[in-house]
Amino acid sequence: MSWKSPENILYTKTDEWILIDEQTATIGITDYAQDQLSDIVYVELPTIGDNFKAKDIFATVESVKAAADVNMPVDGLITEVNNSIEDEPELINSDPYEQAWFVKIDISNQEQTKNLMNATEYIEYCKSRSS
Amino acid sequence: MKNSEPTIYDISSPGRKGVNLPIPDVPIEDIPDDLLRKDLNLPELTQLDVIRHFQQLSQLNHSIDSGFYPLGSCTMKYNPRINEDAARMPGFLHSHPLQDINTIQGNLALMYELQELLKEIGGFKGVTLQPAAGAHGELTGIMMMRDYHLSRGDTARNKILIPDSAHGTNPASTTMSGLEVIEIPSDSRGNVDLDILKSKCGDDVVGLMITNPNTLGLFEEQIKEVVKIIHDCGGLIYGDGANMNALTGILRPGDIGFDVMHYNLHKTFSTPHGGGGPGSGPVGVSEKLVDFLPAPIITIIEEGDEDNPPLFGFTTPKHTIGRIKAFNGQFGVLVRAYTYIRIHGSSGLRSNSEHAVLNANYLRSKIEKTYNLPYKRACLHEFVVEGCWQEAPNIHALDISKRLMDFGFHPPTNYFPLIVREALMIEPTETESKETLDKFADVLLQIADEAKTDPQVLIEAPHNTPNARLDEVQAARQLVLCCRPAYLPEPEPMQT
Repeated sequence: MSWKSPENILYTKTDEWILIDEQTATIGITDYAQDQLSDIVYVELPTIGDNFKAKDIFATVESVKAAADVNMPVDGLITEVNNSIEDEPELINSDPYEQAWFVKIDISNQEQTKNLMNATEYIEYCKSRSS
Repeated sequence: MKNSEPTIYDISSPGRKGVNLPIPDVPIEDIPDDLLRKDLNLPELTQLDVIRHFQQLSQLNHSIDSGFYPLGSCTMKYNPRINEDAARMPGFLHSHPLQDINTIQGNLALMYELQELLKEIGGFKGVTLQPAAGAHGELTGIMMMRDYHLSRGDTARNKILIPDSAHGTNPASTTMSGLEVIEIPSDSRGNVDLDILKSKCGDDVVGLMITNPNTLGLFEEQIKEVVKIIHDCGGLIYGDGANMNALTGILRPGDIGFDVMHYNLHKTFSTPHGGGGPGSGPVGVSEKLVDFLPAPIITIIEEGDEDNPPLFGFTTPKHTIGRIKAFNGQFGVLVRAYTYIRIHGSSGLRSNSEHAVLNANYLRSKIEKTYNLPYKRACLHEFVVEGCWQEAPNIHALDISKRLMDFGFHPPTNYFPLIVREALMIEPTETESKETLDKFADVLLQIADEAKTDPQVLIEAPHNTPNARLDEVQAARQLVLCCRPAYLPEPEPMQT
């Protein structure tokens, strides 16, 4: 199996990705995550203005197989949510890194980005779990 | 099989009637026009049409009465017919919960004795029969645990620890109680990870919800230590009794420190379940929680003597969390569970658990060389294998399950617990013969072989049902459950 994992973003052990642009960031779930879940049928998103700590559950996704929590990679304040994935959850399966972003945040703690994996590390991590 | 059956609307014929009303002996008054609904569009059929329709549908069904059902007690084990005889005794069948207690002493005596039997089986000090099912029992238990802490002025506790192998109802019950869920990962043997458990313990913990054996079918090997860790931080232990079919008559959860546990009468105690039911989830509690039980509890309000039986009635525990269900639970189901316990006795209940465990291990040993067993241990009443192979990249657990239907077997639980890839959870229960288990194992081995040599036969399965694969994705995304006649316009898609 091979999963897409763009170079310009960082990854968590719980299979979220984060694209950092100075003080703000965009967050979603990875290609590996959507592949493991299979067809996603439902998404629950937070509200703009919600504050979360790193590892807090900020969203939930449901597939025909399972329900999964989506965790914050870093502390942050929700500034935008992508409502289009509520209407078309299948976007998460087809385009997890572009159209199917979940939220945008203001990063509260830049230090925490050092704990995240780069693309190469993440792919190794995925392979180690699927052998 | 393969005969499909049209919907009842499709066989409707305008003006066809199933009833003849007698000539009325009072003047006929037409219902005023403005009170008549014209949008009901009920199907119009004769009585025989209706009977044939539903008879045909019932023939398309699979049940434990028609074939092996490896969902096990988790869904429903065999319901002995004597349970039905007892539940249909006229005194039970025709009673009403609002009757004066003097006229339903037999019912109350049965409920009182069932409370006592469940206390004995679980090792608990008190039992409520009220909860309507397992998850309702969980909510009841968590509410009692919360009130226990609050009554002691211990108001900072708001977290419930739950292993990642838990039933999904555990976090749901916790959230409904307004408490926060903290997930505890499993270790490499499938047990609760003790180091992580310790790190999450503190004076903010209400308690731990634990299933033993857990949903991997594995006995928590360090259960005594787990109980001690939680008790040492002031928390309570909630036992999810869904898997009691492995332990009944062998281990009493109350004896090893469980403070509260629900029993699923519709699992362990052989009462009907899904699609028929209703379920029933009595809850047992330790000394600490007896005063918090839901009200009322069945009790002896006047002791009997040589000539007179005792008088049974109701009592309200001192710090009760209140009533959690109308009346006193699912009475007909309580009669069935009581019957099951009494016909087996303590040695019979133990023997059932032993056979449930033996059957599961027999099946496990027959297939574990072919289906990967992620936690390589002897199991209790069920076990979980992976339904996938590197040599068969396009085959998933779902395909194996669908192929099983071709051989007359109901599929096992798929994709649960979540911590096992392509999980197939198999629970044969105590009632299956060696011949049935052998046949099932042979079919599983054949399917594994087909997965690698002829995967298409799995992907296209089932071959003998009216519909092969339903569109589960669309069904989940578009929640339109309404069946309507073809001549009516399409419904608006539901807004979520």
